[in-house]
Amino acid sequence: MDVNIIEMWPRIAEATNETLLMVFISLALACLIGIPLGIALVVTREGGLIENGPVFNVLNVIVNIFRSVPFIILLVAILPVTRFIVGTSIGTAAAVVPLVFFSAPFVARLVESSLLEVNTGVVEAAQAMGATNWQIIYRVLIPEALSSITLNLTIATIGLVGASAMAGFVGGGGLGDLAIAYGYQRFETDIMIVTVVLLVVLVQFVQMIGNFLSKKLRRL
Amino acid sequence: MIRFDQVTKSFDHEGTSFKAVNQVDLEVQKGEIFGVIGFSGAGKSTLVRLVNQLERPSSGKVLIDGQDMSQVSSGKLRSIRRGIGMIFQHFNLLETKTVFHNVAFPLTLAGAPKRKVKERVNEILEFVGLSDRANHYPDQLSGGQKQRVGIARALATSPSILLCDEATSALDPETTKSILNLLKKVRDEYNITILIITHEMNVIKEICDRVAVMEDGKVVEAGSIFNLFSQPKHPTTQKFVQTVMNDEIPKSILDQVETRYIYRVTFTDGSASQPVLSNVAKQFDLEVNVLYGQITELQDSPFGNLIVEFQGDDDEIQRALEYIKQQVIIQEVKSDGR
Ligand SMILES: Nc1ncnc2c1ncn2[C@@H]1O[C@H](COP(=O)(O)OP(=O)(O)OP(=O)(O)O)[C@@H](O)[C@H]1O
Ligand SMILES: [Mg+2]
Repeated sequence: MDVNIIEMWPRIAEATNETLLMVFISLALACLIGIPLGIALVVTREGGLIENGPVFNVLNVIVNIFRSVPFIILLVAILPVTRFIVGTSIGTAAAVVPLVFFSAPFVARLVESSLLEVNTGVVEAAQAMGATNWQIIYRVLIPEALSSITLNLTIATIGLVGASAMAGFVGGGGLGDLAIAYGYQRFETDIMIVTVVLLVVLVQFVQMIGNFLSKKLRRL
Repeated sequence: MIRFDQVTKSFDHEGTSFKAVNQVDLEVQKGEIFGVIGFSGAGKSTLVRLVNQLERPSSGKVLIDGQDMSQVSSGKLRSIRRGIGMIFQHFNLLETKTVFHNVAFPLTLAGAPKRKVKERVNEILEFVGLSDRANHYPDQLSGGQKQRVGIARALATSPSILLCDEATSALDPETTKSILNLLKKVRDEYNITILIITHEMNVIKEICDRVAVMEDGKVVEAGSIFNLFSQPKHPTTQKFVQTVMNDEIPKSILDQVETRYIYRVTFTDGSASQPVLSNVAKQFDLEVNVLYGQITELQDSPFGNLIVEFQGDDDEIQRALEYIKQQVIIQEVKSDGR
C-alpha cells in the first residue's frame, strides 16, 4: 500500500485515455462494419426486402462464428491477423483489431434485432407509396429503428469497455492493463480500486448518454 | 378502371399450395366506392394487395386503366403506385415523424420540391381536419386521428385510386362513421375510385355503391348494394345482411303463422316512403298490425321489411294482397321464418 495515488495519477490518466481511445476507435470501426452487416441480414432474410438465401446464410454463419468465440480466445487466435494489419501484436492499436472483430458481429446482431422491430406494416405502406428498396432502408427502416439502435449500441459500447480491459493481456494498455499490472500482480489495491471506480463511472456515463440520445431519437 | 381477370394467388406452404384468391373476376368502375366483404381468411387483403402488386398474381391479370400490372417494369410500377393510395387497419404511420412529415412522406419519396410539399400537405391536412395537429406525433393521436393522417398521406400524391384494408376495423362505431364520411367526401370531391375491404356489413351499407362477397378466395356474389341487401342469394351474403338488417322473425310470431295471416312486406327502391299499408287499411275492410320489422337507408333511399298481420275477411285479405303486390314485395311468412 505504499504507492501514492497522486504520484500514479499521470499513469492513471494515460490509461483512461487509452481505454477511451480503444473503445471509441473500436466502436467506430465496429459500427462501420456491423451496421451495414446488420442491415444486410435484415433485407436478405426470408421475406426481406431483397430476399437472398445464400447471402443471408453466409453472413449469418460468419456472424455466428465470431459471436461464439470468447473474447480472450479471439484475442490470441487472431494475433497473426493483428500483426498483419497493424504491424505489431502489442499495444493499443493492436488491441483495436480483436476488439473490432469481437464487436462488429455483435453490433450487426444488435442492429438486426432493432431493424426487425420496425413494424412491417410501415415498410409495406412505403412500398405501396412507390418507395425504392433503398428509400425504404434509409428513410423508413433506419430512422424508425434509430432510437432502438442507439440503445443497443450503448450495450455494445459497454461491452467494449469490458473487453478493452481484457485487451490489457496483450499489452493493449488502458485501465484494465493498469488494474492487472498493479492491482493483480503487485497487490496494490488502491490502484485496483481507482481503476474500477473509473470504469464504473465510464459505464454510467456511456449509459446515460445512450439513454438520452435514444429518447431524443424517438422523435426525428 | 380496376379489373381482375381470372386472378388466382396461391401461397406455397410446406409443400402444399393454398389459393388465397381463386379465379376472381371483378370490375371496379371509375369513381365508385366498391366494397369487398368476407369473413377472416376469405382472401380480402390478398385481393387488394394484388391491385398495387404488393402481391403478384399466380395466374390471371390485374388491369388498371387497361394496363396489365404484372407486365410493367419495376420503375413504372413505382410510378403507378404513386397514383394508388392505400390505408390500413393499423394505420402504419412513421412513429418518429410528425403528422406533417408523415403526410409529406410520399411526396418526399417522389422528390417533390419543399415548397410544393408544404403547400400540398397543409391543403390535405385541412381537408381531413387535422391542420391543428400538424406538429403532433402519431403516439399523441387517437385512432380516428391516426386514420385521418393515413388518409391524408394516401391522398398526398393525388391518386386516382384509394385502397382501404379494414380501415375502420380498429375504431369505435362513432369514429368509424366519421372516417366513412370522410371517405365519402374524398370520393365526392376528388372523384377517386375507392376499394374498401371490410368484414363489417355496416361499412358496406354506409358508403358502398357495389359490393362483392368473398369466401375461400372466391367471389361468391357481387352486385349493387340494393340488390344484395334486398335479395341476398348466397348463404354467406345472407349472413352478412342479417348482421345489419335483422330480419329474423321472433319465435313468438312464427308460432302463430299457421293460424293467422302473417306477411313480410319488403320495401325497396323508395317504395317505403309510400304509405302503402295505411292505404290498404283505408281502402279495404281489414286491419293491419305491424308485428315486427326494420326500415333503414341504403344509398339514401329507405329500405327494409315489415312483418305485418292482416285481420279480416278471407276474400277481403286476398284482394288487399293483390293490391299490395303491385307496389311492393310481399310474401307469406312460413313457419321456418323465410
Ligand atoms: N404471405 C402469405 N403466405 C401464406 N399464406 C398467406 C399469405 N398471405 C395470406 N395467406 C393466407 O391466405 C388466406 C387469406 O388471407 P387474407 O389475409 O387475404 O384474408 P382476409 O380475408 O384479409 O382475412 P382477415 O379478415 O382476417 O384480414 C389466409 O388463409 C392466409 O393464411
Ligand atoms: Mg385482411
